[in-house]
Amino acid sequence: MSMPFYVAPEQVMKDRADYARKGIARGRSLIGCIYASGILLCAENPSKSLHKISEIYDRIAFAGVGKYNEFDQLRVAGVRHADTKGYAYSRDDVDARSLANVYASYLGQVFTHEMKPLEVEILVAELGRNHHGQSQLFHILYDGTVMDESRYTVLGGDSEAISRRFGEAYSDQMSLAEALKAAVTALAGPERTISAGDVEAAVLEDSNGRRTFRRLSASELTELLAG
Amino acid sequence: MNLPIFNPVDDPGPSFFATLERIGMSPFSRLEVSPGEPISVPHGTTILAFKYADGVVMAGDRRATEGNFIAHRRIEKVFAADRYSGVAIAGAAGPAVEMVRLFQTQLEHYEKVEGVVLSLEGKANQLGQMIRANLPMAMQGLAVVPLFAGWDHIRSAGRIFAYDVTGGKYEEVAFQATGSGGRDAKGTIKAGLKGALLDRSAAINLAVSALVEASEEDSATGGPDLHRGIFPVVATITEVGFVAVPDEELEEIARNVLEARRGIGGGQ
Repeated sequence: MSMPFYVAPEQVMKDRADYARKGIARGRSLIGCIYASGILLCAENPSKSLHKISEIYDRIAFAGVGKYNEFDQLRVAGVRHADTKGYAYSRDDVDARSLANVYASYLGQVFTHEMKPLEVEILVAELGRNHHGQSQLFHILYDGTVMDESRYTVLGGDSEAISRRFGEAYSDQMSLAEALKAAVTALAGPERTISAGDVEAAVLEDSNGRRTFRRLSASELTELLAG
Repeated sequence: MNLPIFNPVDDPGPSFFATLERIGMSPFSRLEVSPGEPISVPHGTTILAFKYADGVVMAGDRRATEGNFIAHRRIEKVFAADRYSGVAIAGAAGPAVEMVRLFQTQLEHYEKVEGVVLSLEGKANQLGQMIRANLPMAMQGLAVVPLFAGWDHIRSAGRIFAYDVTGGKYEEVAFQATGSGGRDAKGTIKAGLKGALLDRSAAINLAVSALVEASEEDSATGGPDLHRGIFPVVATITEVGFVAVPDEELEEIARNVLEARRGIGGGQ
């Protein structure tokens, strides 16, 4: 019987992290930001039906980058978690922080105990009841690390460069059109342009009623990006 | 609460009800039906729905009774099930309100998980399945008999569905009214629907008239209460969705309806 070779735990973790990062870097990036009247989630996504951004609950949205089937499974679990909680307690008791925590512990669990880590980075965004100061973005990494942002965050492979570009244009008093243009420009970088057809975007805004999530339609995107 | 992730082979899918069953939270607990005295709980009474020019109008009175007592004067029996459909309830108020909450969550859950809205027929069938799941409670006297109406985007038309306690679903051509005052309300609606479909204001007027008629003949149905400012819940379901008629408008209509009935039936 052969004995397995000893591998240092540091090496195991490093290999897994490299594996996950490589998987995530293969896809396109995504920006989540808080603007004057809500939260914008904006991604480069040529597909019209395989969404990266979706609704979780009245004031909560989900976004994921990396391997589609993996973040989509997390998205569905999030909808189940939120709907179950809202049904068992009340709609007011559903919050992004607790959802971000269960996501984080699940991702952390898979990262340390399973054969392969999930190749995803996800974002849980919550529109605050009095918007500014309370709106939050929870950025969760493949290993369960949670970062809580109150301005903007970038998910995906090239996040540092995109974040630098977006940060130069960003202010929390931006209008939706300004935020969207800045996000698309930052995602594209200096050498490329992204057409409106390759952009997927959605907002959380109080003007949408109880369910604050709204996907921006193709015509709306074209109009906002052109103006 | 943990993260509800399932194996792909036994995933409950887009059904919120199935998810609840999997995690042991189903509201339709498998209670043994024990014969005995029926439990005395508040009952909701008269609800109605009929078609008009733009879609469907749905209405319900505000009274809940417990035996010969008035249990609640302001209970609501007409709810938006989602943006394009409404559900009205008659029967045991507790299980009925709970069923509406589950039904609303079920429709929204499906929409979020699947990314598309259920067809109207699909929504109607879902409600039927929930009523059937409630059958053990119905056998104990806690029956829930809702009406369901909505805008069908595939057929571009308003549609009405009635149910029995076993979850049997029956589509209505023009109108339906159930609950203890349902028969009286039906008579008024039937007489009011003749020839061309009514416009919005005539339809709301007819809905309020039918409830007033029911409240005069059935002690369990409450009419408009001008002193307390309690009016029936009336909603329209059209191409733009479920819209509740505001109380101010209902107050004026209720006053007109009561005025128009002055002297009706020879003063008896």
